[in-house]
Amino acid sequence: MLDKTGIAKRIAKEIKDGYYVNLGIGIPTLVANYIPDDVDVILQSENGLLGMGPFPFEGEEDADTINAGKQTITKLPGSAIFDSAMSFGMIRAKKVNLTILGAMEVSENGDIANWKIPGKMVKGMGGAMDLVASAENIIVAMQHVNKAGESKLLPNCTLPLTGINCVKKIVTELAVLDVLPEGGFKLLERAPGVSVEEIIKATAGKLVVEGEIPEMIV
Amino acid sequence: MNKVVSGADEAIRDIEDGMTLMLGGFGMCGLPEKCILALVKKGVKDLTCISNNAGVDDFGIGLLLHQHQVKKMISSYVGENAEFERQLLSGELEVELIPQGTLATRCMAAGYGMPAIFTPAGIGTEVAEGKEIRNFNGKDYLMEMAFDADFAIVKAWKGDRLGNLIYRSTARNFNPVMAMAGKITIAEVEELVEPGELDPDNIHTPGIYVHRIFKGENYEKRIEQRTVRKRD
Repeated sequence: MLDKTGIAKRIAKEIKDGYYVNLGIGIPTLVANYIPDDVDVILQSENGLLGMGPFPFEGEEDADTINAGKQTITKLPGSAIFDSAMSFGMIRAKKVNLTILGAMEVSENGDIANWKIPGKMVKGMGGAMDLVASAENIIVAMQHVNKAGESKLLPNCTLPLTGINCVKKIVTELAVLDVLPEGGFKLLERAPGVSVEEIIKATAGKLVVEGEIPEMIV
Repeated sequence: MNKVVSGADEAIRDIEDGMTLMLGGFGMCGLPEKCILALVKKGVKDLTCISNNAGVDDFGIGLLLHQHQVKKMISSYVGENAEFERQLLSGELEVELIPQGTLATRCMAAGYGMPAIFTPAGIGTEVAEGKEIRNFNGKDYLMEMAFDADFAIVKAWKGDRLGNLIYRSTARNFNPVMAMAGKITIAEVEELVEPGELDPDNIHTPGIYVHRIFKGENYEKRIEQRTVRKRD
């Protein structure tokens, strides 16, 4: 089973040289730490920055330089600043190659819910609805089951949707799965020490298991 | 031409109860903090505020919420503000949560003189309820209307007395598109300079969009999430 770092490390392998990548808040943010040195990527922060760098050294924080999670960050050489309309313009126009974000639920047809629990939690969708509506390559980083042990990979989402038919790949603490165009989660890899049976048990939506499922290399 | 006013109190003098305001900033970053303080002091109420976030409990728009001056918030993300969430869940505050790109682009449309935009954000979700959907090239888009705001209040780094503005780093965010979108636009700046001191090639907001400008003193520029790394 993977911890959050493990999920981030596995997702980092999906990032290709030359990509522009938008990382959501939470586990996706950790992915930046595990991108190999020989893979040249530019991180987009939707509050208006291309070329996001690591956190600043202590004492060098700049209140005017933050990421979409409102954390102080740095700008790498070659970075660019732009306004919020242009930021979502480049997202809508599919200039960003890969979007990685968290989810509360994903359905077997690629619907995603991650912004609201009616009556309990209303934080808002931020940029997530814009991202999932336009991105062609969306990877979700999430826990396979919730704290009550219930599957978050479902036939249909029960929470208010963020977007429909959009998730392409999911990395959880148990597995790597593709969302098939015709519907269903196709099991690609098992987390170290996790059996196919455990993944079947933890997946409420339609799960497609074909042949031997390799253990993932993290 | 001189758009300079003495300060925040004069800049917001004719903002009245029930008006619709756009407020620039992303979280605490690039927030027109002087005008917000003046609005709190003035005590205008029943405001509709269009702003990406709702501040934190004791800073930014959170101060207006605390005084119950806001009737309706139009935002994309309000997770940082416990008082906001409480007023929302209890029904004291009317809230329209909309996608961040939609928020920015509805501002942009107003500034570009376009009545509406089409965006795929929100298709298939509750955001789409009651809105016109158009299909272009096989994909569905929501029609979203340009905002109509009485005032836009923005924060810039430098400005001149003609209202030309330059923003700094990610404090730019919503400020340029909101500056274009208000019937009356107020800019508060850290440095107020004479015409000619700003390079025309580097102006982010041309002064035609700005009606009032003043220099704010002692910006707090609060940091919401102070994240740092250790030196090796």
